[in-house]
Amino acid sequence: MTDAKYPRAEVNLDKCKGCGLCIAACPVNVLVESPKLNSRGYHYAEYTGSGCIGCGNCFYSCPEPDAIIVYLKNYNPDEEV
Amino acid sequence: MARMLMKGNYAAVYGAAMAGCTAYYGYPITPASEVAESAAALFPKLGRTFVQAESEVSAINMVYGAAGSGQRVMTGSSGPGISLKMEGISYCAGAALPCVIVDIMRGGPGLGNIGPEQSDYNQVVKGGGHGNYRNIVLAPNCCQEMCDYTMLAFELADKYRTPVFVLTDGVIGQMMESVTIPEPVKELPDKSDYAVFGTPLNKNLVNSIYIDHDDLEWWNMELLKKYQVIEENEVMFEEYMMDDAEIVVIGYGSVSRVLRTAVDNARANGVKLGLFRPITLFPFPGKEIAALPARGVKHILTVELSTGQMVDDVNLALSGVIKSDLYFRLGGNVPSADEITDKISELYGEVK
Amino acid sequence: MKKTVLRKPKGFIDVYKYKPGAEKDRTHYCPGCGHGILHKLIAEALEDLDLVDETILISPVGCSVFAYYYFDTGNFQAAHGRAPAVATAASRANPDKVVISYQGDGDLAAIGGNNILQAANRGENIAVFFVNNAIYGMTGGQMAPTTLEGQVTTTTPYGRNVDTDGYPIKMCEVLSQLTAPTYVERVSLHDAPHIRKARNAVRKALQNAKERKGFQFIEVLSSCPSGWKMDPVKSMEWIKEKMLPLYPLGVYRDKGEDAKITKRPVPVMEPAAVWEKLGISAEKDVDFPRGDVADEYKKMSIRVAGFGGQGIMVTGQALASVALEYGYNVSWLPSYGPEMRGGTANCSVNIQDGTIGAAEAVKPSMLLAMNRPSLEKFEGSVMPGGTLLYNSTLIDIKPERTDIKVFAVPITGIADDELGNIRVQSLVNIGAYAAITGMFRVEDVITLLPKLFKGRKQAIIDLNAKAVKAGFNYVKDNF
Repeated sequence: MTDAKYPRAEVNLDKCKGCGLCIAACPVNVLVESPKLNSRGYHYAEYTGSGCIGCGNCFYSCPEPDAIIVYLKNYNPDEEV
Repeated sequence: MARMLMKGNYAAVYGAAMAGCTAYYGYPITPASEVAESAAALFPKLGRTFVQAESEVSAINMVYGAAGSGQRVMTGSSGPGISLKMEGISYCAGAALPCVIVDIMRGGPGLGNIGPEQSDYNQVVKGGGHGNYRNIVLAPNCCQEMCDYTMLAFELADKYRTPVFVLTDGVIGQMMESVTIPEPVKELPDKSDYAVFGTPLNKNLVNSIYIDHDDLEWWNMELLKKYQVIEENEVMFEEYMMDDAEIVVIGYGSVSRVLRTAVDNARANGVKLGLFRPITLFPFPGKEIAALPARGVKHILTVELSTGQMVDDVNLALSGVIKSDLYFRLGGNVPSADEITDKISELYGEVK
Repeated sequence: MKKTVLRKPKGFIDVYKYKPGAEKDRTHYCPGCGHGILHKLIAEALEDLDLVDETILISPVGCSVFAYYYFDTGNFQAAHGRAPAVATAASRANPDKVVISYQGDGDLAAIGGNNILQAANRGENIAVFFVNNAIYGMTGGQMAPTTLEGQVTTTTPYGRNVDTDGYPIKMCEVLSQLTAPTYVERVSLHDAPHIRKARNAVRKALQNAKERKGFQFIEVLSSCPSGWKMDPVKSMEWIKEKMLPLYPLGVYRDKGEDAKITKRPVPVMEPAAVWEKLGISAEKDVDFPRGDVADEYKKMSIRVAGFGGQGIMVTGQALASVALEYGYNVSWLPSYGPEMRGGTANCSVNIQDGTIGAAEAVKPSMLLAMNRPSLEKFEGSVMPGGTLLYNSTLIDIKPERTDIKVFAVPITGIADDELGNIRVQSLVNIGAYAAITGMFRVEDVITLLPKLFKGRKQAIIDLNAKAVKAGFNYVKDNF
């Protein structure tokens, strides 16, 4: 477990269809199913806020193009165009 | 040396080559095989694509792919093969893709035989596949026209972004005549507004799905408007000895040549017989046929190598003012000029 | 460059403009659908391999019918099963582009089974991504060719019975029997490590496609939670437990460095070059001057008839070819239909000025009968006052008609005995015709022989020249 800002997973709550594949794929169990529903009625996945190791399993397991972003360890927001 | 003796089936491919057709996708079938064979002979010399597809269905879907890629593309077949191609032709019509299909008609239904018939009229002229669409249909009656109208077919296909048929039968496909090869086209139309090239500036979509009901209704109305413009502008027909004709024979393709001889024979006997020959079958020259009674025509005889497919369009045009009679032969049999004049005597009592 | 963030790849369209309705920022796929996972792998590879602007993608019929909503490439939507045919043509038209055929199992292995087989066999320069989820998703969960034995679908409500429904088709195994494919691999999406292997396979296929290395085929075992009526996570377990044993993962073909690089020709389009390549000269055709032709021979309708092998068709074509050079309109029509397979052959030739009507010589002005059955069959059809030229070597009866001109010429005898080659009968015929009608001059015909017998040896041409003269002289000497 680490408390650093990156790596970090970010779920786009509205685009998540609640399939749970990211949660199943996470080796460190830092993604959980939210008890809340999103606007389309899915229990979306959410990041617990710490412990992400930036493996990308969630990103590649997620069938939605834009429902999960994973910021890797060396991510620097200042380099974004 | 642009004049050559060649089969109608070859002439169509020369016309295609001169029209800038860069791809031929086909499947062999008698009596249309020489269309594919001549493309196989000519196209490689020009660095153009010839593929013998695994099936008629595949061939027409390759045509869809090539047309969507902006190529002038062609296929050819005959009755049973055309039936199979209907899937892809409907998709071409639905996606508004231009392509040229040569149909060298043979006898049907089923396997029928390889003799000449005109039994594909309904499936080709009325659309044929699923959905509300029409094909432009050109009906050459000699080898020169096989060349020239195939070339024209490419122009019309691009002008209206629609499939165009060159429809004839085994007689015209298999016969040889002198053909003067036209000059190749100098410029091809720009298709970058719809064709898929896979380049940064071209991310077009070739598609016939309109999943929303209103969208599909709109698209069908657009197609309908296009067909109305075609009907307004592209009708072609030929008249022979029509100025004072009291009896008129109507026929297209190889039949029109027999009818021309019958007209010559009848005229030699003082019978005022004329020939009206539709060249475009869609758009059909209905207005011109509707005007015949007012021009003094008393009797109309439609002659077909089918049990009466075009005659429905003739009678629709005539709206019951007078009714066209029908004479036909089937199974690969072609009527002689004497048969026609005998039939006219029998029906109208005015010959001999 | 090392990634610092994993987010929606640039192979996807930013806003899904082709998707109707309000939700233009998410896919139409069901929760947990494997298509979405594979889409992401492809879109990422397109971005990473710099192919977004170099790719044409063919969408199939099935759940991925709307793949074109998402990929920022050139896009086709194809008829059911025909994506490989469409991809074939798109690739031939754009040989320097990457062409992707994206297909499901019903599309690829059932209705389009032959299309994929033949595209693979031609080694088309395309990359095929085949989603095998053992069911028809779009139409509501019917049996696919890849449905497992015993699997319940809406059209196998009692489970797939191999005795009546056949066995699941293994496409990698089938296609790897062919010689042409470059790269064939089966991967699975059932867990993260396997998704990474799938990712590598996708990238390899697209890298190969970029290098024009022919046919690439990636079969992807994928989930259909809706069709299987299972939750997405259980679906992944089902792939592992049920599908993997039947559909072994791995590389079935990899030609590696031995892969052929696809090369396509550049079309010749420049008008002068087109004519030159086809041997068409821009020079004006010059007609032979016509000699004195009697009125009765100015409009000829000729039936040539005999046994197959007597040069019947060649005689007809030669008549038309030579007449053409005098500026006549000509037509040649073979007997066409069942007869062409039988022992007899005939053809019709018309030679005249002005438009030729009926092509068949129903009432010929001249009959050229090469054997007795032909004389018997067609003598009566000759128009009154017409001409009969018959082969007196083989025809031992006298013609009955008295209202026509008759020329008995031993055509076979002249060819066989006098010239020593029975195959020159056709040109004996032409010589005889020239003498009877005055339509052709012998020297003109001889001038044309190299064209008529293009590619043949000079000795053949010389022999045929003798044949023309012999036929001509026989008629001149005897009639």
